[in-house]
Amino acid sequence: MDIAVVVKLVPDLVEELAIDESGAALDTSYLRLIVNELDNHAVEQAILLKESAGGQVTVIAPDLEGVDDILFTAAAKGADRLIKLTGAMSGVNNYALSNSLAAIIREIKPHLVLTGVQANNDLDGSVGPRLAALLGMAYVGYVSGVTPANDSVKVRKEYSGGLVAQVAVRLPAVLGIQAAGKPPRYVPISKIRQMSKTARIKDQPAGDLDAGNGAAVKHMFKPEMGTHATMIEGEADEVADRLIAIFKEQDIL
Amino acid sequence: MSQDIFVVIEHLRGKVADISYVMLAAARVIAQATGGQVVAALLGHNAQELAGNLAADRVLYVEHPALADFTSAAYQTVLESLLREHAPRAALLGDTSIGGDVAAWLAARLSWPLVSSCRSVSAEGAVIRFVSQTCGGKIMAEGDLPGPCALVMIVPGGYKPEQGQSAQTPQVTSAAAPPLEGLRVAVDNYVEPDTSDVDISREPILVSVGRGIQTLDSIGLVEELARALGCPVCASRPIVDQGWLPTTRLVGKSGKVVKPRLYLALGISGAPEHVEGMGESEMIIAVNTDPAAPIFNVAKYGATVDLFDLAPALTEKIQEARRQRGTHHGAASS
Ligand SMILES: Cc1cc2nc3c(=O)[nH]c(=O)nc-3n(C[C@H](O)[C@H](O)[C@H](O)COP(=O)(O)OP(=O)(O)OC[C@H]3O[C@@H](n4cnc5c(N)ncnc54)[C@H](O)[C@@H]3O)c2cc1C
Repeated sequence: MDIAVVVKLVPDLVEELAIDESGAALDTSYLRLIVNELDNHAVEQAILLKESAGGQVTVIAPDLEGVDDILFTAAAKGADRLIKLTGAMSGVNNYALSNSLAAIIREIKPHLVLTGVQANNDLDGSVGPRLAALLGMAYVGYVSGVTPANDSVKVRKEYSGGLVAQVAVRLPAVLGIQAAGKPPRYVPISKIRQMSKTARIKDQPAGDLDAGNGAAVKHMFKPEMGTHATMIEGEADEVADRLIAIFKEQDIL
Repeated sequence: MSQDIFVVIEHLRGKVADISYVMLAAARVIAQATGGQVVAALLGHNAQELAGNLAADRVLYVEHPALADFTSAAYQTVLESLLREHAPRAALLGDTSIGGDVAAWLAARLSWPLVSSCRSVSAEGAVIRFVSQTCGGKIMAEGDLPGPCALVMIVPGGYKPEQGQSAQTPQVTSAAAPPLEGLRVAVDNYVEPDTSDVDISREPILVSVGRGIQTLDSIGLVEELARALGCPVCASRPIVDQGWLPTTRLVGKSGKVVKPRLYLALGISGAPEHVEGMGESEMIIAVNTDPAAPIFNVAKYGATVDLFDLAPALTEKIQEARRQRGTHHGAASS
């Protein structure tokens, strides 16, 4: 089963986020980008499927800072082909991204396209369902586990409250991955470094990156701190003392 | 094109999901400004009675055996035809497992703009403004809803479900389903949530652990703290995805909704998907080294100390407090 995996780079939320001068976008000079965690699960799911059913795995990611490492990491895990989407990728919305991706995926003709069900900076929906519409494939998202079955796949689709539907999806299809069947594997840095010497990344121009009719953000701001917590100052020991007092007040202790 | 606001009603196994009511409340805000109607699109099989308490001006009911379960394929087909025909000013869908399977697909097929993660809406004359949450709830993004027709994916939190409920049954009209043959997606069966473990939604006290814990080995620290407090440990999604705790302990959008008297969150950032499951707790106490962590926006008390220092210190002090109480009680009774 040939699989294409679409990977996005997203802001690392552990870092402080700043808004740029326009007031309508994140300040990219401070931004540290990391692989979208759910796309990482999509890569893992692709490798798991390759291990059980064979086939080629192609990983596609936009050319943003850190992308080479992300692609080489995927290769170290078992991806066969690496494609870097080149062009002015910073701040590209999913409308534009999906259009370029669809053109590439049409050429690869995979049986399955996997991508994270969402990314932390999506503001115009996610990539997966758009790709499915553009490619004329079926789409199912919130997937945590995929099993091959002849001309289809069986997927676990998650609903709230822990309810899961077992869903049959006829190929070719796009799946929005919430979690891989197993936690993403760890690869040692040495192996990634080795890949950076042997694996080849193919540059593919993204072409027209027209933002289309995506959401027009006019203004970004940090959420209201009106209901912010009362902060307990001091070292851990002092904080613990205060918490004990609160527990006693609340009849918890 | 009309000034109506469509709401795609989400329901599963005979129950309307809360997000549907939240969307109806948001739709009302827009409709009051556009002068259009709030129209609930209800798709199902023998599901007409679900229209009962929807706070809509009218309900368009699409009946078909292929709509007995939610499948992306059937919903996509029906909604594409319905929205093409009616061309409302906006169509609202949940930013959920159901809405997520269709909204961006529809946006591509209909060439309509789409706004996701929308928490609240407001309207001034013909201008509809959206506020969306992004970057794990650390940033809000605001803008005008493009036209003439648009899709909006709604997250919970901006409106209470009760605001979208009505004592009066709305007028229901039937709409014909387009042909629904050869669909490529089908539900085989449902797997019920595991009930063999403790039900965290019934516990008065919860200690919850997030990715700040870093390794499986360190979970023990939190378990000891929970043992001292006499409560179970629950967790955020990454902990469960790693297999460090069972899925029965997951709190949030894809897990359980909990409302304990005390929710002690250790090393949890407070992403919207997590807060969806614990935001209504009576008292939230958060420990997180990042002063900008969104969890502090829902917590009553917070501290930016390292959980690796706090957890053992707190465990010891709780044990000590219990011992003192024990000896105190002991002394009183002897
Ligand atoms: C469709 C969908 C559904 C989801 N459903 C859920 C769900 O049901 N439940 C859920 O929880 N998530 C869910 N998520 C994931 C959610 O978006 C977040 O990724 C997740 O909640 C983050 O978990 P976390 O806070 O543990 O990790 P992170 O966001 O990585 O936060 C870790 C925190 O620990 C802090 N920290 C680090 N070290 C220390 C230390 N030594 N001491 C103290 N603090 C420390 C950091 O400052 C950081 O804030 C869902 C996501 C999607 C896309």
